[in-house]
Amino acid sequence: MSFEWPWQYNFPPFFTLQPNVDTRQKQLAAWCSLALSYCRHHKLYTLDIMEAQESPVFNHKNIDRKLSMEAILIVFEELRKKGNLEWLDKNKTRCLVMWRRPEEWGKLIYQWVSQNGMVNTVFTLYELINGDDTEREEFHGLEDWMLIRSLQALQMDGKAEVISMDDGKGVKFF
Amino acid sequence: MLSSLIYDRTSPLSCAKIVVHLHASPANKEPGPYQQSKFSYFKLSFKEHGQIEFFRRLTEELSQKRWESTPMSQPIPTATNSQTGRTRAVGIVGIERKIEERRKETEKISQSKLMVKAKEMVELSRSIANKIKDKQGDITEDETIRFKSYLLSMGIANPVTRETHGSGTHYHLQLAKQLGDILLAPLEERGGMMALTEVYCLVNRARGMELLSPEDLVNACKMFESLKQPLRLRIFDSGVMVVQLQSHSEEEMISSALDNVTDKGSLTAEEFAKLLGLSVLLSKERLLLAEKMGHLCRDDSVEGLRFYPNLFNSQA
Repeated sequence: MSFEWPWQYNFPPFFTLQPNVDTRQKQLAAWCSLALSYCRHHKLYTLDIMEAQESPVFNHKNIDRKLSMEAILIVFEELRKKGNLEWLDKNKTRCLVMWRRPEEWGKLIYQWVSQNGMVNTVFTLYELINGDDTEREEFHGLEDWMLIRSLQALQMDGKAEVISMDDGKGVKFF
Repeated sequence: MLSSLIYDRTSPLSCAKIVVHLHASPANKEPGPYQQSKFSYFKLSFKEHGQIEFFRRLTEELSQKRWESTPMSQPIPTATNSQTGRTRAVGIVGIERKIEERRKETEKISQSKLMVKAKEMVELSRSIANKIKDKQGDITEDETIRFKSYLLSMGIANPVTRETHGSGTHYHLQLAKQLGDILLAPLEERGGMMALTEVYCLVNRARGMELLSPEDLVNACKMFESLKQPLRLRIFDSGVMVVQLQSHSEEEMISSALDNVTDKGSLTAEEFAKLLGLSVLLSKERLLLAEKMGHLCRDDSVEGLRFYPNLFNSQA
């Protein structure tokens, strides 16, 4: 399924940081939403900011408009405040994009576990994200670092426990 | 001291300008209208034309430096003085010196006597200017400009009016009333708003010899509201000052901006100006105001600044 661009994407002012505060708020909200859905669609979990500037999201060649680096950083800061983004380095060149937050992933995984009556079973991390059983699940193919965070979130809730095993990590659900 | 002259063609949308750069004044500078200035350059703005001729003559004068070759002690020329070129320069220098002497005298005198002295000085310089004109043929335009600006710098631009109405607030009050009458029709013609620079040119063209200083104009305009005049002075965020009709509806201005932009899809300040028949400056202010109120948004790119209806607000 091809990605569906929102109406703002074809609206030139979308690519100019608006000086009117109220207008800007709406603009930024739309950008956050677009960035996240684009990453979700392409299953992107990390972004390099220089590459991002040239990607179709921020550089709309058809209407000859691109979002300035200054504006991209502002959008990313909004995402960070909402818990959807984390910088990997101090210089802000690479970041983790959480188009679904760890808590949300945790919930999904737990749902699948309990729906299949597998509470109190121990899984290896590999099984969860790469096993045949989970092939149709959204969390299939989830990146390691995200899985661990999701399980940690469940752990905080008392719904799971991450265990160290001989050849890696595992998790038990309660 | 003049150091250099630049003919500024850089801004196609505004008037031609000549920029005059100044050196710091040397220690041994001769007395004159100003001993020193805190500014290192000034700009001459030509609304319609005259800049090319003015530039040429000023550059000529600068290169010849005739004022340096003439001694200060020469007396004011009389009808019998036959030296042409040198006489003109000497004459002005002599007049300046004489006025300077008078000025020093007047510092010691009271306000009312000062008015008398000022009137005398103006009479003096006027009569001399006339004499020179008669004997030397047409006095050149730049010399006349120099004279007028010299008088303005001395603060005696409107001695007669000030004498009749006093100086300071009372004078500005009268002026404000006068402006209220003069500006009503022009304002109506221009959709209820004029930039202060436009007002300045309009008013001074009408007055002729007794030019109004910018300060006097601004001070008078500030009094519109307290005098219950149907005009007001308004200062935009950008610093641009306009005179506006009280009846001029802000709402109307904004909704007309929105209608026009919506109709055309998007507009630049220049395109909007053409549509309305207004200056680009005022058109831009309207668009900016509509943007501030959230009705328009902007597209800023290498292609220029363009305004669109604010779909961020209106569309889900």
